[in-house]
Parts: sequence; C-alpha cells; structure tokens
Amino acid sequence: MCVPVVRNPSYDVAMAPLIELRGLTVEIPTPAGWIRPVDDVSFVLETGESLGLVGESGSGKSMLALALMGLLPPGAKVRGEAWFSGANASSASRVNLLALGEREKIAVRGRDIAMIFQEPMTALNPVMRVGAQIAEAIRAHEPGISREEIHRRVLAALERAAVPEPAVRARQYPHQLSGGLRQRAMIAMALAGNDESAPRENGAGGKPRLLIADEPTTALDVTVQKQILELLAQLRRDLGLALLFITHDLGVVAQVADRIAVSYAGRIVETGPSREVLARPRHPYTAGLLRASPQLVRHKLEPIPGAVPALTALPPGCAFEPRCALRVPECAAAMPELRDAGPGHTARCILV
Amino acid sequence: MLAPLLEARNLKKTFSAPGGAFAIGAASGVPAVDGVSLELAAGETLAIVGESGSGKTTLARMLLRLIEPDSGELLVEGRDFLAARGSQLRALRREMQMVFQDPFASLDPRMRVGSIVGEPLEIHEPNLARAARRARVVEVLRAVGLAEDALARYPHEFSGGQRQRIGIARALVLRPRLVVADEPVSALDVSVGAQILELLQNLQRDFALTYLLISHSLPVVAQLATRIAVMQGGRIVETGAASQILNAPAHPYTQSLIAAIPALPAS
Ligand SMILES: Nc1ncnc2c1ncn2[C@@H]1O[C@H](COP(=O)(O)OP(=O)(O)OP(=O)(O)O)[C@@H](O)[C@H]1O
Ligand SMILES: Nc1ncnc2c1ncn2[C@@H]1O[C@H](COP(=O)(O)OP(=O)(O)O)[C@@H](O)[C@H]1O
Ligand code: SF4
Ligand SMILES: [Mg+2]
Ligand SMILES: [Mg+2]
Repeated sequence: MCVPVVRNPSYDVAMAPLIELRGLTVEIPTPAGWIRPVDDVSFVLETGESLGLVGESGSGKSMLALALMGLLPPGAKVRGEAWFSGANASSASRVNLLALGEREKIAVRGRDIAMIFQEPMTALNPVMRVGAQIAEAIRAHEPGISREEIHRRVLAALERAAVPEPAVRARQYPHQLSGGLRQRAMIAMALAGNDESAPRENGAGGKPRLLIADEPTTALDVTVQKQILELLAQLRRDLGLALLFITHDLGVVAQVADRIAVSYAGRIVETGPSREVLARPRHPYTAGLLRASPQLVRHKLEPIPGAVPALTALPPGCAFEPRCALRVPECAAAMPELRDAGPGHTARCILV
Repeated sequence: MLAPLLEARNLKKTFSAPGGAFAIGAASGVPAVDGVSLELAAGETLAIVGESGSGKTTLARMLLRLIEPDSGELLVEGRDFLAARGSQLRALRREMQMVFQDPFASLDPRMRVGSIVGEPLEIHEPNLARAARRARVVEVLRAVGLAEDALARYPHEFSGGQRQRIGIARALVLRPRLVVADEPVSALDVSVGAQILELLQNLQRDFALTYLLISHSLPVVAQLATRIAVMQGGRIVETGAASQILNAPAHPYTQSLIAAIPALPAS
C-alpha cells in the first residue's frame, strides 16, 4: 500500500517546464511560535535551465530545497504544489513532489533529482570511506547490483566529479580530503544514483534531470570555488541538467544562473533574467544588496541599514519596509504582490 | 626615521604533530608560518590575504603574542616585544587588540554585554571607579552604534552584526593603537558585513587606529587596505600598495586569486 501519486493528466508533458512551483509554503514550529521560512513561492524551471536562488541567511533557501527533496525537519507543514515533469520511464505525466509517498520520494531523490548540501562535512559520514558512501547511494536505488558493477560505478562517479586518483580517494575518509575534494566527493555521491551508462531496469539508472546545489562553494576558497563552478557547468552541458543553485553571493549567481530569484524573509521579492536583474534591479532590496557587495574596485560602501527581520516578528506590510530608503506610508499597510517589471522580470514592490 | 608601530622579522611557527596516522598538512611538521617579515606603520591598514590554511591566523596570533613563535623577532616601536615581561608586557598588550571572525563563538554567552565590554577595563585599569568604567563602556558602545540599553542584555539577544559590534567595542574599550581583525565579516550577511566594514572605516578615522586586517576575500580587503600582503603556504609571496596588488599583481598566485573572483556585471 502506498499513497497514490498525484498526477496532472490533462497537462502536455512535452511542453511543461521541468519544475513548476505554485504557492509553495513551509511552516515550522519553533519555541517562539510557527514560522514560515518559505511563504507562497511560485516559479518555473525549464529543462536544462539554471536558476539562482539568492538571499541572506535565514531567508528560507535551504528549506525550499529540502521541501523539494522531501527532507523537511519533523513537524514541518508544507502546502502548495511542486510539479515535476522529469520523472523517468513509465510516468507519462507530471507528479506533485509534495504529494509523493515515502517510497516514491526516495525513488525520485537521487534518481531524478540530485542534491549537493551546504556543508559537505555534515552530509558525509565521517567514519565511512568515501567509496563506501557512494556505493551505498548506488545500492539505495539498485539493490540487486553486483559488487564489480558497484565498484566500476563508484570510480566512474568520482571521475565524473573530476576527483583525481579516484581509486585512492575512494579508500580515504572525508577528513583526509581537502574542502574542495570533499565537495567533489559530494557531487559524485549526489550523481551516483543516476549513472547514465548503467543498464536500465525497472526505471532505475537514467539521467538526473535536476541538480539542487545549496551553497556548494560558500565554505571554499575562491580558486577552489572556481573549479567547482566550472565542474557544475560541465556536468550541466554533458548531462543536460537543470540547476537550482542556492547562494548568497551575487557574483557567483551572475556566473552560474540564467535566471535569478531573490528571496527576503521567506518570500520571493524579485525574479528575472540574471543579467537584467543584476544590471537593472527593480526591487530596492536587490539594489541595496548590489551596492553593499564588496568588489575588487574600491567603492563607497553603502550598507543596508538594520537587519533581516526575525521570521517570528515580520512587519505587517512589505518585509523590507523597516530598512527601505524608498518606503512610503502605504508600504507598511499590506504585503505588495509580485508585479510585472519587464519581460520575464517581476518585483514585489509598490514602486514597480 | 620613526620606528614602525610593529615589526616582525623572520617569524616561524610549526605546530607539533598531535599524532595519528591521518595527520595531514601542518600537523605533520609543515610550518604554519615559515619565515614571515613585515612592517606596520602607524595609521595604515595592512591586509593579509590568502587561502584557508595559509597561516594568516597563526601569524596574527604571533604578532599579538597570543602564541609564541618558534623563532624570529618582534618589535613594537623598536622595542623587543618577545623579551617583554610583567607590567611592560601588559602595557604593550593593551595597545593591541583583536576582533575575531565568529561573533557567535567569541562572546561568553553567560555574561551581560556590559561585563563583556567592561572586562578588559577591569583587568587593565582596576582602579577605575564603577561609574567611570560604566561611562567608558557606554561611550564605546555608542561609538560602534549600540545603545546604552545593550549593557544589561546577553549576546544571544543580538543579531550577528550586532554581536560583531560588541566584539569591536570590547577590542576598543582600552583605546588601543593597533586592532587586528581576523575575518571580521566572513560570518556575516552581505548587507550587514558592509555595515561592519563601514564602521571599521569610521572608527579608524575617529580614533587614529592602525589595522591589521585578515581576510580570504580580496573584495573585502579592497575596501579597507592601504597595503596588502599575500600569503601562501606560510610565506608572504607578494606585498605592496593595495592599488598595485589589485590592479597589477606580479605573483602568479595573486593573479590566480584575482582571476577566480566572480565579478558582477556592470550596471
Ligand atoms: N593549534 C594548532 N595545532 C596544529 N595545527 C594548527 C593549529 N593552528 C593552525 N594549525 C595549522 O596551521 C596551518 C595554518 O593555519 P591558520 O589557522 O593560520 O590558517 P588561516 O590562513 O588562518 O586559514 P583560514 O582562512 O582557514 O582561517 C594550517 O595547516 C592549520 O591546520
Ligand atoms: N531544522 C529546523 N528546525 C526549525 N527551524 C529551522 C530548521 N532549519 C532551519 N530553520 C529555520 O528556518 C528559517 C530558514 O532557514 P534556512 O532555510 O536554513 O535559511 P537559508 O538557507 O536561507 O539560510 C530560519 O529561521 C531557520 O532558523
Ligand atoms: S514596497 Fe515600499 S518598503 Fe517595500 S521595497 Fe518597495 S518601496 Fe520599499
Ligand atoms: Mg542554507
Ligand atoms: Mg584563520
């Protein structure tokens, strides 16, 4: 017995975006009351496209990723829809990721959707050799697979993640790897459940369609960051992956993302083509972040005054109102809707 | 010619191996700092940049004598800092204070902000009357942008940026001449980190401070530094005026650091 997969049969899958979020909302109980780290988020991600989700810490970026993966903390409540049309093999229509049963979630995770976590040291098991961990990820999806085949696939996964000397690294423990190698091992593990060269049975194997990368380079030095970003770009090209890239670094997002979604206190406040949004931001928060970002050229820093509001004490109107230099009295009255700000460009501000 | 405020000559530090077959890097006897010499003139901001593990923090801690170098010399206005003992050492130490990277870990969670910021005064100026000490603490809290009501509150009641302000207030309360800031904004969000960088700029102007700024981020360093020293593997591989290092780096390692910075599109 398992929960029926919620499908949307009337939809033409060939035309559907890879991911379509409609009003995704996540609520979490905390000692100070319920918070809503993801609040009514809607966006689409096309096949092969790269979307950068930008926001400061606590703005709900990781919660959104975990909601898509079905890995929210216990007690969390989730509402809305997350339609995914990348499911392999038999499924001819889209599935709502939020309505999948536990077994189906596990199947989708690692097969259709792979994720790289923010902190590789917490995502890797410290007392298990790297190769054994990747082997476990493969076995989770294909229990019957032979020892020799697993060994081959582990090495192939490490090679695909550009880990030098894969046979040596497979026998090492995570703490014996540098930060950059650890992140590569994470990428290898995330993609190991879906080796395109593997024989396909029962819908197993096959290509992942979406890679979610949650601040994969935040803990790394710039030169290592550059290598990882180049690796991700290459994997996108080779595997035709769509990428949901989460970061707080506008420079990184400029480099990896076709489109940007800026989140503030749980809400998307601006979306659009990344060049357009970074060159001509329409939301005062995005504009403020750009002016506050240090660059190689010395410029007069213009910090945004104040701090991100606590999710337990959000202002009644626009969440950015207390910090916004452009606020007018009506900003505090009601939360503005996302408004049209140009072709494919929206911003949640009454001035738009 | 006036002696530099601080001068280091050929500082070396190797950490002894804590043992274990898995020991890597410096733990197995590679020097963390391997013969570093530098000069710091009063009023300037010298930035030390380099990747994780390059020895920046170890160097900074040696400069303040928070750890002892294995060898080398350390001079404060021409006087031998390493030979200083007792009251002379205390007097030199209060001239040099440190701001730490992690505003969450570096403040004692059980102490009120008034005690955290006032503690260095208790140690170095024990004869100061309570009211006078309180006045000094309030004054420095104001200077870093915190109101008097912060005195009675605990660190957890403050945001990351405010905690960094508390750490800066604690470093400044003794009116030091040199402040060593080890990654002062790397744990903070961009919008708040810019506030702290601006605060450091203003405090330098108002209190005639000399800064040693440690950071892995060249864009951060570019906002404050007058000079930059680039560290790699425990050594300084390039040093020069900030504009020169940023615009015309000579060493291949510096060039690779600059080339790796993801740039924002021009608006
Ligand atoms: N107490 C210690 N015991 C043993 N090794 C240490 C100790 N402190 C530092 N090291 C080693 O010394 C080297 C330099 O470390 P240091 O902390 O100075 O680097 P850093 O440049 O500040 O790096 P980061 O940017 O990560 O802060 C590293 O290899 C580190 O592992
Ligand atoms: N396991 C958890 N339990 C309760 N609250 C959490 C948990 N993880 C995160 N949160 C809260 O959810 C909010 C958003 O967190 P997160 O999605 O991690 O933000 P980001 O990734 O944008 O930094 C924060 O207020 C955070 O404190
Ligand atoms: S709605 Fe008002 S307060 Fe909010 S960002 Fe726009 S101008 Fe600023
Ligand atoms: Mg996160
Ligand atoms: Mg350090």
